[in-house]
Amino acid sequence: MTIDEIRSILGAKYIVGEEWKDREVHTACGSDMMSDVLAFMKDQSVLLTGLCNLQVIRTCEMMDIICVVFVRGKMPDEAMIAMAKDKGITLMTTGHRMFSACGMLYKNGLQGGPAY
Amino acid sequence: MANTITMSYEVPGGDFTRAGEASSSLKGSLKKMNVDPDIIRRVAIAMYEGEINMVIHANGGKIDVIISPDEIEMILTDEGPGIEDIELAMQAGYSTAPDNIRTLGFGAGMGLPNMKKYTDEMKIESQVGVGTTVRMKVKL
Repeated sequence: MTIDEIRSILGAKYIVGEEWKDREVHTACGSDMMSDVLAFMKDQSVLLTGLCNLQVIRTCEMMDIICVVFVRGKMPDEAMIAMAKDKGITLMTTGHRMFSACGMLYKNGLQGGPAY
Repeated sequence: MANTITMSYEVPGGDFTRAGEASSSLKGSLKKMNVDPDIIRRVAIAMYEGEINMVIHANGGKIDVIISPDEIEMILTDEGPGIEDIELAMQAGYSTAPDNIRTLGFGAGMGLPNMKKYTDEMKIESQVGVGTTVRMKVKL
């Protein structure tokens, strides 16, 4: 699934990084706890989160996560946007809640990681 | 890489927004050295978790990274409160982080387990009231 397909399925809006919309995403992770995200190592992932601080972008940088979807209409601040741009991470926001957003992507074929 | 390279980072305490700068800088350096991306990710995640711990618990500290032909070693040293029971601290889900840290997305008790998970070797030396040293190695 491409980043732009994710945007379309979730009715989301780009905040930064629209130029990377054709990148392929293979897996997804939904969490507000960054240490849970850091326990999950997959290539070319998207993160869905309701957490909105600079450490979200840092976590993505460490994990090589290429796209973040902020759920419940959350909007990142200028510092987050600047860091995401610098690190090549696409940010988008959707009004859907976490459960619904994850379900919509899963239903359309995007997978999570294996069970623990 | 025929030679050993040493890099040192200061981790400022108290400023949560700056946590991760050292790990980000190391990640950039390892990319320039053409280290395998999976190795870079493991090193970066382990060091980032350690850096977050130093900011949350120890008012910052120092990180030395030694890159040799066979391995990358990270030595994280702080003069924080120390860890009373290391075995307990290593249990997934055990945390002494304050509630405000949980609202920032950390303090789930996954930091030390993640650091162990992503490294080939991890040793913790700690003395209550004196500080903590965490040594982690990732083989190349």
